[in-house]
Amino acid sequence: MILNILQLLIIILIIGFAFVIPIGKYLIKIFTDETDTVLERYTYRFLGINPEEQMTWQRYSQAIVLSNLVFVLLFYATLRLQDILPFNPDKISPAPTAELAFNTAISFVTNTDWQNYGGETTLSYFNQMVMITCLMFTSSATGLAAGVAVIRGLSQNGVNNLGNFWVDLTRAIYRLFLPICFVLSLVYVWQGVPQTLAPAAIATTLEGATQTIARGPVASLESIKQIGTNGGGFFNINSAHPFENPTPLTNSLEIMSMLLIVPALTYTFGTMVKARRQGWIFFGVFTALFIGFLAIILPAEQIGNPLLTQVGADQTLSALQSGGNFEGKEVRFGIAQTSLFVTATTAATTGSVDAMHDSLTPMGGFAALSEMLLNVVFGGKGVGLITLIMYAAVTVFLVGLMVGRTPEFLSKKIEAKEVKLVSLALLAHPFTILIGVGLALVWPKALDSLNNPDAHGFTELLYAFASVTANNGSAFGGLNGNTPFYNTVLGIGILLGRFLAPVLPMLAVAGYLAVKPRVPKTTGTMSTNTVFFGVLLLASILIVGGLTFFPALALGPISEHFELASGKSF
Amino acid sequence: MAIQSRSPLVNLLIPAITTALWFILLCGVIYPLATTVVANVIFPHQAQGSLITLNNKVIGSELIGQNFTAPKYFHPRPSATTKTGGTDAQPYNAANSGATNYGPTNKKLIDAVKGAVTAYRKENGLADNTPVPIDAVTNSASGLDPDISIANANLQASRVAKARNKPVAEVQKLISDNTTGRQWGFLGEPRINVLKLNLALDK
Repeated sequence: MILNILQLLIIILIIGFAFVIPIGKYLIKIFTDETDTVLERYTYRFLGINPEEQMTWQRYSQAIVLSNLVFVLLFYATLRLQDILPFNPDKISPAPTAELAFNTAISFVTNTDWQNYGGETTLSYFNQMVMITCLMFTSSATGLAAGVAVIRGLSQNGVNNLGNFWVDLTRAIYRLFLPICFVLSLVYVWQGVPQTLAPAAIATTLEGATQTIARGPVASLESIKQIGTNGGGFFNINSAHPFENPTPLTNSLEIMSMLLIVPALTYTFGTMVKARRQGWIFFGVFTALFIGFLAIILPAEQIGNPLLTQVGADQTLSALQSGGNFEGKEVRFGIAQTSLFVTATTAATTGSVDAMHDSLTPMGGFAALSEMLLNVVFGGKGVGLITLIMYAAVTVFLVGLMVGRTPEFLSKKIEAKEVKLVSLALLAHPFTILIGVGLALVWPKALDSLNNPDAHGFTELLYAFASVTANNGSAFGGLNGNTPFYNTVLGIGILLGRFLAPVLPMLAVAGYLAVKPRVPKTTGTMSTNTVFFGVLLLASILIVGGLTFFPALALGPISEHFELASGKSF
Repeated sequence: MAIQSRSPLVNLLIPAITTALWFILLCGVIYPLATTVVANVIFPHQAQGSLITLNNKVIGSELIGQNFTAPKYFHPRPSATTKTGGTDAQPYNAANSGATNYGPTNKKLIDAVKGAVTAYRKENGLADNTPVPIDAVTNSASGLDPDISIANANLQASRVAKARNKPVAEVQKLISDNTTGRQWGFLGEPRINVLKLNLALDK
């Protein structure tokens, strides 16, 4: 039985990581291809895009911000006007409130997908398709484009040129996301995910009750939700819903989808900056963190909750049951698949869930939360790599201070201007999270939204702000976020987490570094493509992250862990 | 070499608007509708929600759990779903998926499991110290979990057999006939779909 679980994990991990080189190469082809396809040429002409234009970091950033702004305004409108728009066969009403529409539009435009609503009871098919599904494509393509732009900047020698945002956006959707998602959607339908425009089915159960079964165009959303590391569910309960994730195979595919592109980006990075070893060092750091967190979550969930054993529940693993901490989990996935999903979704900032994170054991919740606090375990499309590059700059700076030399990264001098921007990106993340939690603690009635008492309630708050700031979107679902306070503050947190930490400052850093000429290597240069540097980088991440967040973690999951161990409940 | 563009901000606004409109049409309309058409041609049963019909009436979905309380039926896991648009309990409301979201040290969780353990032992005639399978006394994530563990089904077998005046062996055989193994031999967990098992019992 243990062997089965191990096998399962090993197989999924191998398949997941076997994508790295092929997908990495394909990404290079997409983003460095000199020729456009016929379809792309017509698209550019029709949309008024000049594909020859090469953008400075300033212009590239402006394009991202403007494009996002247009989407936010358009979809704020479609949410508010839901009542008069078509494709609403179940007559879902009323339309989202102003605060909810604000929060939702921002959340989906930034690839966060935090949801202060339940999908099947709030959104019409129109908004599920036209808004949510569309934004899942464009927001993930935007993140990927930003990541590629940073890589391009680092690979330049004396030119402020990050590429063309419109070309990157179009190519990511045409050549990567749409073809994969179309095929994957059909696989999901084969396994049982609905894809229909018909209203909810009405069934008369064997015991004579009436059951309304919500359905809709789910599969086409599900595939991009995972491939694009978006994470916003069609249904309230996300990938735990049997219609979003009906079988262990779909669960495995959803896990693999999340880890299809992000790890491959390290290969793309290494090749494009002509430092392939550097790419592998980054991949190694990502993987070490990922395995480390999985190794916390899996045993914690399998051992289960001692308080439930005391009241007569059997949580042991056997041939007849998967056992473990089973509140908020589904039988078909069991503990092993669920633990891997939890690790992957908080790593890749997807934020979809196939189990309720609020009901995880304290250590399971601790690991999921920590992945988002560090925000650098693979991370979202492009953004994860950007964050790791940010930490790499911090590391060479710290090491440079210790040995008294000007820090260099990829043969570029890291100077005051870059360090300031990196510090801004580095500090914006904890600033947003901790100030947000502090605000919620003192705001009148904000604590009424908590679903759990004591330390766990505090963790609910910390998790919410970590999730939105990391643009993850998973939740300790007990927290009722659909109040004017949370809709607004979490919405602002999403914006700060996306643009201040890390996208805009790091695009600037990439632009500044692009302009600098490469400096020749000397005996005094610290090489960054060694395992030694990998260890230094890992240590910097854990020390910087640990120092920043340890007090908050101690008040939340860590104290709950000791309370549980001593048999306390609240 | 690179052409450095110096055009004003407003020149970025036009592609920002045109790309938004085009991708809404492509990814938000054409792609989901094309998927719907193809899916309904290749997999019409699944695309409509894997509905089960009996005597021309829809009685549920293969994938969605439904509530069973009568002794002659196998019972599913506890469900925390509520009435659509309300907070009153309505187990297995497939129009409003939901969970308890209780943390592991929450007294409400401990009390709920304690209550469920006692009720499960009583209804299945088990001794007061029988450990009860964890899936039988905890809420699923979706509130719509269609499956139970084999351990859970085995403990319910004699109650169901008694209510139906059937030998336990016959019910046990139906359990093993309706056990879904690990997918492809290694994925997920072995499990029993409650609705399918109950349908088999009714036959």
